[in-house]
Amino acid sequence: MAHAQTAHDAGKYYIPHGSKWPIVGAVSLFVMMLGAAALLNGVNIAPFIFWAGFASVLFMFYGWFGTVIGESQAGMYNAGVDRSFRMGMMWFIFSEVMFFAAFFGALYYARNLSVPWLGGEGARYLSNLFLWQDFEPTWPTNGPAAVGGAFETIPAFGLPAVNTAILLTSGVTITIAHHALQAGNRGVLKIFLALTFLLGFFFVYLQATEYAHAYHELNLTLGSGIYGSTFFMLTGFHGLHVTLGAIMLVVVWLRVMKGHFTPKQHFAFEAVAWYWHFVDVVWLGLFIFVYWL
Amino acid sequence: MSASQTHGHAAAHDHHDEHGPAKGILRWLTTTNHKDIGTLYLVFSLIMFFVGGTMALVIRAELFMPGMQLVDPQFFNTMTTVHALIMVFGAVMPATVGLANWMIPLQIGAPDMALPRMNNFSFWLLVAAFSLLILSLFMPGGGPAAGWTLYPPLVLQTGDAFPLAIFAIHLAGASSIMGAINIIVTIMNLRAPGMTLLKMPMFTWTWLITAYLLIAVMPVFAGAVTMLLTDHFFHTTFFAAAGGGDPVLYQHIFWFFGHPEVYIMILPAFGIVSEIIPTFSRKKLFGYDAMVYATASIGFLSFIVWAHHMFTVGMPLAGQMFFMLSTMLIAVPTGVKVFNWTATMWKGSLTFEPPMLFALAFLFLFTIGGFSGLMMAIAPVDFQYHDTYFIVAHFHYVLVPGAVFAIMAAVYYWLPKWTGHLYDIKLANWHFWLSAIFVNLLFFPQHFLGLAGMPRRIPDYSTQFADWNMVSSIGAFGFGLSQLLFPYIVVKCVRGGARASDHVWEGAYNHGLEWTVPSPAPYHTFEVAPVVK
Repeated sequence: MAHAQTAHDAGKYYIPHGSKWPIVGAVSLFVMMLGAAALLNGVNIAPFIFWAGFASVLFMFYGWFGTVIGESQAGMYNAGVDRSFRMGMMWFIFSEVMFFAAFFGALYYARNLSVPWLGGEGARYLSNLFLWQDFEPTWPTNGPAAVGGAFETIPAFGLPAVNTAILLTSGVTITIAHHALQAGNRGVLKIFLALTFLLGFFFVYLQATEYAHAYHELNLTLGSGIYGSTFFMLTGFHGLHVTLGAIMLVVVWLRVMKGHFTPKQHFAFEAVAWYWHFVDVVWLGLFIFVYWL
Repeated sequence: MSASQTHGHAAAHDHHDEHGPAKGILRWLTTTNHKDIGTLYLVFSLIMFFVGGTMALVIRAELFMPGMQLVDPQFFNTMTTVHALIMVFGAVMPATVGLANWMIPLQIGAPDMALPRMNNFSFWLLVAAFSLLILSLFMPGGGPAAGWTLYPPLVLQTGDAFPLAIFAIHLAGASSIMGAINIIVTIMNLRAPGMTLLKMPMFTWTWLITAYLLIAVMPVFAGAVTMLLTDHFFHTTFFAAAGGGDPVLYQHIFWFFGHPEVYIMILPAFGIVSEIIPTFSRKKLFGYDAMVYATASIGFLSFIVWAHHMFTVGMPLAGQMFFMLSTMLIAVPTGVKVFNWTATMWKGSLTFEPPMLFALAFLFLFTIGGFSGLMMAIAPVDFQYHDTYFIVAHFHYVLVPGAVFAIMAAVYYWLPKWTGHLYDIKLANWHFWLSAIFVNLLFFPQHFLGLAGMPRRIPDYSTQFADWNMVSSIGAFGFGLSQLLFPYIVVKCVRGGARASDHVWEGAYNHGLEWTVPSPAPYHTFEVAPVVK
């Protein structure tokens, strides 16, 4: 049996037989989302439910990935399994792209269609006249009712430009780390991979500073009309993805320290690198369409 | 297309006996076997079919006569909403995913799905999602009642059920995305040697395209409902004009998901019918390549037609023109399909076993639904039909005698392969004829009601609509009750019956790799990949 499951047995695709992690994950996510819903409905014990679910989800990830890493280190995965992982990661990233597309689409629609319509453009002259007579369509806006009160925006060429530089640099450092990994140069690999996630965390720190500034000094909040909604939801989800990506980089770095990867076989490293480039590209979209234009 | 079975089934059993299924409930909780997971999906969807069906009967009971009889309007609205959510995400989609799990590895000669643990996760996450949704029915303020499209601002008035329903959609979406990734990776990576793309069976092909649609649009839906959530709880104004947002924005995002979603439900049905008609016509599928390209075209077009669901919200004229014309374009590849199915039967040696009966009913009745869809694609005409029972009749024609009949056909087609037994053909024929008659009694009068102006989603109506509503309700109860035959036939077949041969149907010989494995299909198949000539 052991023989049948080694990668050397050409053509054998490794099929795991029974695993408790998926059902642990499904139950944990159920508990976590139930807790989150209860939290939003203001139920007393909700935080306990939510955090219990959240902790179980983390436990599931730890256990599941631990199993997969163990199997990979034991040489159970052949080239076919590796290809499956690659395709899977690729399509997962594509689904993430589409998630962001929904929010970018909302931004586009508001800026180019619905806000001008509120101002009476096109066939909407009468609705403007009767409903929102004094509304001048501009961007940024918090709408005809000035929801959330007057606010200022964050100029693109301040912190956001610095953040752009940081993320682009981190894209370079992870590529250097990748080349070092392929060349078997472990010293460079460790340093540049560490640099990458440090830059990632620094980016998140600067975003947090920017948010604090926006909330406390600019009166720009999630409740600042359509501008605040699109601004914080887009940058917020992106920040969440950077945080996750940086945590993934730390995990990969710890695995590098353990000597898990070889110059030929290091799918986890590449998957995280793809993910990192993805958050990088999303940021470029944000910088251009949210901050700059 | 045929497989050489040089390595045969003997090899399949050699050193893998210890990998038989685990015992008891753990088998189903921890399984990574595509056949087990396929069965789980199918059983789950059957349960949901009856839960959602019961809700439909509540609706039809209330509408049996004018006036308020049984339920209060809020609960009526909850029933229309949750009936739809359950039938779409809990019954039709999981049924086709279950069929995909069972059949795709068998059809392409793969040992299992490519990512077996994630496969299990997809299924149980769906159970988690529907537990949340069902739970939402019991919250203060009642279940979600704004229609399955969840349009704001109405949906934002939902009580404590609101976050539960939203999170249910998030989890169901995650489940679908993982399922779709698994299907794509399996098809792209695990095909047996010689199984080139253009040799793949049509069911596999349609699912490949469906999976791409799923990955592209489920995240968009997740984004849309996330915006609803933040509009409700966190002061955003995506869908509130006062803050510069627009409720119509939700409709755009929703239908960018929603239109591909309806093809997600029908494309696998196309695949099923494309398997069954050739088998019982004892011919090859007419125009196989054209079928593949037509499916791909329908998949592509589904992304650029979404606003035909919202002609009446006040779109610019150019928008109406674009979405009207792009929608009518879909009739071309769909017409290719209907033509090819018909041409497959031309001069064929036809027999009418239950799968063929369901597939033929699909062909005729889905086409009726397709034509009424074409009528509504015409923007000025749609102004009359919009939100009337005409649209209800339309989408139920494509979903019930369309998708659901195809799923029934698939089960009757492959059940002997799964269980190794033939089912009770006589009872299955009864099931078919009762279903086919009652489904028309149920939905055809709704065309008349809609054209006469009866609006959808109301618990009461003016008396001129009384007659056809009564007919429709009688049809509904007849259809619902005749479905009870189905689980009876299936359970009876699982428990025993005449032995099925390996290729089961005389005409199935040579129609795909699934007929080269024994009946019942062993727990593990194709551990050594077959070679396809």
